[in-house]
Amino acid sequence: MSEDVMTRPHPTDATASATTPREPVVLVFTCNWCSYRAADLAGTARIKYPPNVRLVRLMCSGRIDPSFVLKAFASGADGVLMTGCWPADCHYRVQNVKALRRFELLRRVLEQLGIEPERFQRFYASAAEGPQLAAAFSRMIEDVRPLGPLDWGRLPDLAPDHEALTNPSELDADSAAEAEADLMSLEAVGS
Amino acid sequence: MTPNEPADSPRVGVYVCHCGTNIAGTVDVAAVRDWAMERLGPHGVVVSRDYPFMCSSLGQELIEDDIRELGLNRVVVAACSPHMHEKTFRGACERAGLNPYLCELVSIREQVSWVHTDKVAATAKAEALLAGGVLRVREQVPLEPMRVPINEATLVVGGGIAGITAALEIADAGFPVHLVEREPSIGGHMAQFDKTFPTLDCAACILTPKMVTAGSHPNITLHTWSEVTDVAGYVGNFTVKVLHRPRYLDTDLCTGCGICQEKCPAKVVDPVFEAGIGYRKAIYRPFPQAVPKFPVLDPDNCIYFERGTCRACEKLCPTGAIRLDQQPEEVTLQVGNIVLATGFEAFDARRVEAYGYGRLANVFTSLEFERMSNASGPTGGQIVLRDGVTEPKTVAIVHCVGSRDRNYNKYCSAICCMQSMKFAHLVREHTDATVYEFYIDIRAPGKAFDEFYQRVQDEGTIFIRGRVAEVTDVLRMPDEAAEDGRLIVQVEDTLAGLQRRIPVDMVVLSVGLEPQADAHEVARRFGITCSSEGWVIERHPKLDPVATMTEGVFAAGCALGPRDIPASVASGAAAAARILGRIQQRELALEPIRAVIDAERCSGCRICNDLCPFSAITFDAVQAVTEVNPALCQGCGVCIAACPAGAIAGTGFSDAQILGQIEGILMFSGAADVGARTASPEPKAPEAVPA
Repeated sequence: MSEDVMTRPHPTDATASATTPREPVVLVFTCNWCSYRAADLAGTARIKYPPNVRLVRLMCSGRIDPSFVLKAFASGADGVLMTGCWPADCHYRVQNVKALRRFELLRRVLEQLGIEPERFQRFYASAAEGPQLAAAFSRMIEDVRPLGPLDWGRLPDLAPDHEALTNPSELDADSAAEAEADLMSLEAVGS
Repeated sequence: MTPNEPADSPRVGVYVCHCGTNIAGTVDVAAVRDWAMERLGPHGVVVSRDYPFMCSSLGQELIEDDIRELGLNRVVVAACSPHMHEKTFRGACERAGLNPYLCELVSIREQVSWVHTDKVAATAKAEALLAGGVLRVREQVPLEPMRVPINEATLVVGGGIAGITAALEIADAGFPVHLVEREPSIGGHMAQFDKTFPTLDCAACILTPKMVTAGSHPNITLHTWSEVTDVAGYVGNFTVKVLHRPRYLDTDLCTGCGICQEKCPAKVVDPVFEAGIGYRKAIYRPFPQAVPKFPVLDPDNCIYFERGTCRACEKLCPTGAIRLDQQPEEVTLQVGNIVLATGFEAFDARRVEAYGYGRLANVFTSLEFERMSNASGPTGGQIVLRDGVTEPKTVAIVHCVGSRDRNYNKYCSAICCMQSMKFAHLVREHTDATVYEFYIDIRAPGKAFDEFYQRVQDEGTIFIRGRVAEVTDVLRMPDEAAEDGRLIVQVEDTLAGLQRRIPVDMVVLSVGLEPQADAHEVARRFGITCSSEGWVIERHPKLDPVATMTEGVFAAGCALGPRDIPASVASGAAAAARILGRIQQRELALEPIRAVIDAERCSGCRICNDLCPFSAITFDAVQAVTEVNPALCQGCGVCIAACPAGAIAGTGFSDAQILGQIEGILMFSGAADVGARTASPEPKAPEAVPA
């Protein structure tokens, strides 16, 4: 990884100086029963991890719709971590295995879109594994940092159905056209 | 303005909690408050406040007043984990007339102030999470809790003292209980003990009346020699399958006279109740006070099952109760609540090879010693060496075997110090032997525990502080005289600062407590979680110590972790109290998190049909659409994510809510906000990055 990529300021970050890399932002999907509890436990035990890790609580990792992951990348996440119960420990019996199947599929799709596999990872944590989960958060940030910002924010919104959630001011016509061209070149690379 | 109006005109109130200094020490709460008003105003925030303790009654009143006076229709509280205070703030909303599900809790304590140290970065993260909460709650719709009826019957798994207590409490209140026990008799480990510390009550004297009461209680159905094989359903309405292993006798005819046991020619070592130092027959009752009184036949050791002849028990049974062709029988029970009181297993002392258990004859485990000192045990209460006759002149008791040891279990087994001192007292009571206790620390925090420690010291027991390195029969020092069967305990006396080699006749290893070997499997069967060691994880370690994460499943006794008899009894009674409260309410309100199919949008593709492990999804062939049974749906959301038509909606966790939260969380990340704030005092210096 060359030095200029490492230290490149985030394009949307007007105030960051050229020498200050933006810390990667990682969005974490947690299940209500195991990994969210583990995160609570990490908190109660005051185990430290990088502040750019942000959690979204779902009832089960099986609830993760691929569009959630795409939405996260499109909204500016540099990495997405899927967490849930260990296989066979699922509160809903086997639903985390269904999440695992989607994970593998989605990872390949993302790879074809040019998103490095390090940006989309998964981790199992039981409700007792707070320290392990916190360590996984730190590892994820370390994995994503050398890749630099993903910068998918400049791409057209991937979920146009949810108009209420988009911020139209971020996209003007020019950048949309530019982003579309980017996307097409990405597709060309992917195929 | 009505409080429950739809999301298109959200009026959101934001409340930022200081939690004393728990949050305010790391997060600039005033800045978060002002930021929310300024930046989230366009997203519907109309009021933003901070308060030292939002969960206090004054904090809650703040929310209630704003709902009434400012016409809020959404509330976001940035405070602790939703598992802590979601109910509190939902209650506040409900009191002010707002649907309680229009309240969102954002965790800025467990996820921010307690896990981060950089104040600027922590404040920025709190803002981001708050934005996620605001955008999520905008999409929330009013919900009504689901009410499920509670079946009055309760299943108690495990017939030790914790399970017996739970069963008796519920049965005495007038409700039916099914008590399932894997062994032939209820009583658990306590039935094996001679005395109980520190009062030295006779264990059997205090336990057997409880066992008899449980066995004859009109509201208690015993399922001994049985195991739970399957659990289905949910709180209030579990369907449980229990496998009755064959006892090879008809319990309606058996009078428990014991003739079969007396006449059975097959005598085998009893590894369970007698801990391997006593014998039983192939048809046996583990101990005289067993409840129920019926024996069981062990086909692995029965001569008839081995060679096809014998049938002595069958021929001699005065009531003709023996049934050598009996088959296992599965019964199905309907229960509303479950108590898991599955207890512990003693640590296998063979694993610590240096202590020589299984190799050196006169090294005993604590359970063997319990049986030996028990007046109804194999030695009739005589403390003797493995030869069965010789009284020891010196006895070493080794603490923390398999506990407080990184090689085995890191935790303290809680009962071993007191158990070891009880042993010292019993050795002194039965023999004239010199007794050594080898300990790391003496942990005697209970009622009258330390007084007992004093008493044992006054009785002349020698306490040596140090973890035993080795128990050996090999002589190393010139002054060590060879004597048959003598053992040498090698220990560093950490108070005197020297190595000691102490010759003894008998070593008792005070083994720690471990979860049952099948603890993980049992946890899966009941849909609960346990720690990596195998102890059941409680809903909250302090405030909800007998509930589990699964509604309707409680735990008691050593299934939760090592504990002594009073603590086991207390947890059994506590679980019973929790269940009785629910039974008397007759129904329970559950989170309305369910999948709902919009028949208009369902194409009938049936992709979701096979995804539900609760059989909640059915296909209506006539209408060619799929339907969800809300009573069976558990709300995992797998079908919602799978539906290619987007026809399945998830209440409480809808796509719009989740996408809104993602949008909100990331809205200001990477933008000028975070970049400017984290520019200089960032904890991660650029040079720390590997090139």
